[in-house]
Amino acid sequence: MKEEIFVSGRNIPNVDPFLHIWHWQIPLYLFLGGLAAGIMFFASLYTILGKEKEMPTTIKWATFLVPVALVLGLFALFLDLKHQWYFWRLYLTIRLESPMSWGAWVLMLITPLSMMWVSSYIKELFPKWDWKFEILNKFEKLIIEYRKPLAWVLLILSVILGIYTGILLSAFNARPLWNTAILGPLFLVSGLSTGAAAIMWMSKSHFERSFMSKVDLILIGIELFFIIHLFMGFMASTAVQINAAELFLGGQFTVSFWVFVVILGLVFPAILEILELRGYKIPVAIPALLILFGGLMFRFIMVEAGQITRYLY
Amino acid sequence: MRYAMAIDTKKCVGCSDCVVACQTENNVPHGYCRDWVVEVMDGTYPSLELEIRSERCNHCDNSPCVRCCPTGASHYEMGGIVTVTHNECIGCGACIESCPYDARYSHPDGYVDKCTFCLHRVEKGEKPACVSVCPTNCMYFGDLDDPGSDVSVALKNRKHKTLAPEAGTNPHIFYLI
Amino acid sequence: MKTRRDFIKISALGTAGIAVAASSFSYAKGSGLFAKDATQSLDDSDLQRTPTYCEVCFWKCAGWTYTNSTNEIVKILGNDEDPHCNGRLCPRGTGGVGMYHDKDRLKTPLIRVKKEDGKSTFREASWDEAFDFVAANMKKVGAEYGPESIALFNHGSSGHHMGHLLQAFGSSNIVAPSYAQCRGPREVGFGATFGAEIGSPEPTDIRDTKCMVLIGSHIGENMHNGQVQEMSMAIDNGATIITVDPRFSTAASKSKFWLPIKPATDLALLLAWIHVIINEELYDKKYVERYTYGFDLLKKHVENMTPEWAYGITTIKPDVIRKTAREMGNASPSVIVHPGRHATWYGDDTQRSRAIAILNALLGSWGRRGGFYFKEALHVPHYPTPAYPKPKWSWKEAMNGKYPMAGLSVSNSLIDASIPSDDNKYQIHAWIVSGTNLPLTMPDKSTLKKAMDALDFMVVVDTMPMEITGYADVVLPECTYLERFDDLRVEPHRVPSIAVRMPAAKPKYDSMPSWWIAKKIADKLDLGHYFPWNDYSEVVEWQLKELGTSLEEMKTLGVKKFDRESGALYMREGEDFEFSTNTGKVELYSTELAKHGFDPMPIYTAHPEPPSGFYRLIYGRAPMHTFSRTANNPNLTDLMHENAVWINPKVAKLWSIKKDQYVWLKNQDEQVSTFPVKVRVTERIRWDSVYMVHGFGHSNKNLKTAFGHGASDSEMITNVMIDPIMGGTGMRGNFITFITEDPGKEAKL
Repeated sequence: MKEEIFVSGRNIPNVDPFLHIWHWQIPLYLFLGGLAAGIMFFASLYTILGKEKEMPTTIKWATFLVPVALVLGLFALFLDLKHQWYFWRLYLTIRLESPMSWGAWVLMLITPLSMMWVSSYIKELFPKWDWKFEILNKFEKLIIEYRKPLAWVLLILSVILGIYTGILLSAFNARPLWNTAILGPLFLVSGLSTGAAAIMWMSKSHFERSFMSKVDLILIGIELFFIIHLFMGFMASTAVQINAAELFLGGQFTVSFWVFVVILGLVFPAILEILELRGYKIPVAIPALLILFGGLMFRFIMVEAGQITRYLY
Repeated sequence: MRYAMAIDTKKCVGCSDCVVACQTENNVPHGYCRDWVVEVMDGTYPSLELEIRSERCNHCDNSPCVRCCPTGASHYEMGGIVTVTHNECIGCGACIESCPYDARYSHPDGYVDKCTFCLHRVEKGEKPACVSVCPTNCMYFGDLDDPGSDVSVALKNRKHKTLAPEAGTNPHIFYLI
Repeated sequence: MKTRRDFIKISALGTAGIAVAASSFSYAKGSGLFAKDATQSLDDSDLQRTPTYCEVCFWKCAGWTYTNSTNEIVKILGNDEDPHCNGRLCPRGTGGVGMYHDKDRLKTPLIRVKKEDGKSTFREASWDEAFDFVAANMKKVGAEYGPESIALFNHGSSGHHMGHLLQAFGSSNIVAPSYAQCRGPREVGFGATFGAEIGSPEPTDIRDTKCMVLIGSHIGENMHNGQVQEMSMAIDNGATIITVDPRFSTAASKSKFWLPIKPATDLALLLAWIHVIINEELYDKKYVERYTYGFDLLKKHVENMTPEWAYGITTIKPDVIRKTAREMGNASPSVIVHPGRHATWYGDDTQRSRAIAILNALLGSWGRRGGFYFKEALHVPHYPTPAYPKPKWSWKEAMNGKYPMAGLSVSNSLIDASIPSDDNKYQIHAWIVSGTNLPLTMPDKSTLKKAMDALDFMVVVDTMPMEITGYADVVLPECTYLERFDDLRVEPHRVPSIAVRMPAAKPKYDSMPSWWIAKKIADKLDLGHYFPWNDYSEVVEWQLKELGTSLEEMKTLGVKKFDRESGALYMREGEDFEFSTNTGKVELYSTELAKHGFDPMPIYTAHPEPPSGFYRLIYGRAPMHTFSRTANNPNLTDLMHENAVWINPKVAKLWSIKKDQYVWLKNQDEQVSTFPVKVRVTERIRWDSVYMVHGFGHSNKNLKTAFGHGASDSEMITNVMIDPIMGGTGMRGNFITFITEDPGKEAKL
């Protein structure tokens, strides 16, 4: 028999017996950040491709969600900090080795830029909107004029936003469940998929809806591919990774992951979308909601399970 | 100059004096600890083996905690000692997630805390509190770059190991076995 | 001062609003938003230090108490010059700050009163009122039954002051449980052999030994500082350690040979070793010839006690017995067969200690380097006080002819003497209890309760609301050792030394030092002339002046060593030496034991074994606690908050008990444990025994940290095997079984 115990009574809150430093605030932010990244990505992509007429929701209306999601996400992050009033220290330095530092700066850039994007479409939504100050009117004209360059900038930033959270988690080699290169692309694709689902839900045009629905199907396909390879990679890796994967292959997260994230969050909505494309009438809210729910659950499960996995003891 | 610690598991009795001394020296709040003692037992009665280890932050060379810190609060001091500047720490917890040894904790005051090799004592030429108090004298602390230091001599003469070397962080607490 | 525990409660919740609030606090008390980081670690240059010696256990290490600018005690470190600790305190000493900061400390004197519903409770009283009460009762009992009818149960420095008071009053019935419940048997066993007791600290030359044999002794879990330090030095020197223990103790894990002996059979092993050492001529021939008496008698006595015979009893293989005996022989005379400390096991403990002493004598280790050195204590003059009145009787008479070789008073005997009965000519009617928690210390709680119920009066002097305080008529709160002056520490060691204890802080709450308590009671008893000083520092100063130093000097030194005057540390080769025995020699055959009608040489007797479904209860120490004394100390409960019952995996499987499950214990006399205890399933314990650390299972609710944590092993000790030679209470003859469902017992207050 092998026995390994603490002799000195160690029982640190949130660290023993299993690490649980990050609570609901982090997965919520990851979801909102991914959603914002997804929507912004499509908005800027289709602006660059000149599809403003065919895809108004994608480019204009859905983007109103972006600053809201980002601000809520930032607020969640702020709440997660335990030494809150020192948060401004993030912006006194940029640390290239720390994905969290990239994230702080990306958010710092993308939030005002997305607000600028949205502000340039406000008059289309509320025709009586008055900026009150001349400088703001000038600013609005500037944005509208330079929309394509702004779209390029936002395209790049939204990809970084979508992928950096996955890279951040994968950089923690101490947490075997996260320590895989596939996590970055997986988070990006998941974020794009939730963005597409939101756009699909909000859209009023049949063309836009079915277009985004097709895009979403491809994204779900890629996501499923990544998930399968995630687990194949774990099972072919070292003991700590195999242990980590076993949490999902018989362990405590098996049901919640495969049912809520994979079946309800990916496979079932995909089937519904295929049926929709085949002509069956399915209220768009159902697959969209399921995809969003799946995305949220995915992040909650990954954050909680990842903290449980470890190297020693 | 590279500080390191060597701990003789053959002499350690697991009394946990190192834990209490650290607590009183560094004002560690009750319920938290910067160092701790682990006992590993293997075998079937009466063929048994016991290893007792006093563990703490390993002050790694390739520290993931320093790498991932978004504000630079987690940094290297003299001799490779890893510390946290309290008023630069935002309490994001990334470093706690990144440590393979679970050596860090979130201090009730908000910042992240851990063993500092008693930097405030080392700066004055003293040893860390745990090393100074150990009744079995099984802990050695010193400069690895000095071939005559306690640590260097201990490592030269004895078989030793580190914890989870495969985590790739290059830890600097050596256990004499 | 807001405690750290409050902070933990707030921030551990992790909910949004509260987290913001807690962090705002940290901003407010931070070192400034832009300031360079100031760690909260101590900077010794801001601290003041005062010399003291530790009272957490009885090794009495000298150290320095550090206080900060607001006169709070922050840490305690060892004194480098002290031979007891060499500058390094053990975890209990380091954690002594917890004793000072403990919120559950006794705060005011308490007097027992009866409420309307007939139940008793305590009410707070002033010191003066309490002293009046104590003095009045002492006078009453003294007048009615004689001053001898008051007994003092004590352990620690306070005992000296209360003892001085009691002797001035006219009684010499002073007892410490550490004799009959702990080391008594080895004192008598070694005393009968070498004419000298072991005493405390043990004069074992571990740092220079080549081979140390531990019989049940668990150095490393037993944290007597000097012993652990020297064992570590011995390991560095490559010394062989042989551990005889049914449990895989820490010491066993560091031993070259671990003999997993069947419990209660150690004497057979010792006798077999004696047989091998004599028959294979592994003994120190010159030493035995020159200094011992009775060798031939011993040789005949152990003729048939072969390793094969011992194997059948102990389950230790004969070749292992021979191998280890040879190992000891090869190391002779630098070999220590350790006398142990807590020796009261099965009632034949004096004889087992005799066997250990005989082994040492054969190996020539007594008075030799690497064996036992000749310790010396400094002779410190007594502060002149009037002579004590001569008591008409003492504990010797109260023993009614029993325990003829007891060198010190026997606590269980005095407890028995407190119970009224027809043939009790010397009855004790009142107790003063200071520094010992009798309900958790004494086995056989029912006799203790009977005795306490019969008393006219009981005063308890303590720092914490230990269980004993619940039975008192008056409780007097003593301040901790960190807050008072006390006698000089004059323990014997290789070199005579003194250590001084000075207060580092003012006593907290309304607690006071016991020298003051004793003096004030004396004043009320018209015995003030026995305390002819106003502050105890005067006594200490006087003594120091007599020794050629002063309080001022000792404040900076803490410890002072002196030259030996009694002779060399070891015997010289071929030196003539007279031992203080009847024959003047080391008695392998004990004439004193023969005189009193006991076996002059040890004989193995089998002891009862556990019935089916029961397991022998073995108990011991943990290095971070001093039994029940520290179970409430916040620094030490951080390390260990409760004990666990160690169960062998085979047994656990049989009972379907899992690790970390809580079970109640029931013993052979139907006694059920008040609290459940956590299970540790481990291969380290034999399948016929279970093991627990002693000192937990506190039932006094006022010990808020300790209450209900762990279970009390002493509660399970109802079968006491009394050693007829000196009255020691053998406690290892108790067997327990497990109850997995709550038996519905309520905690007694």
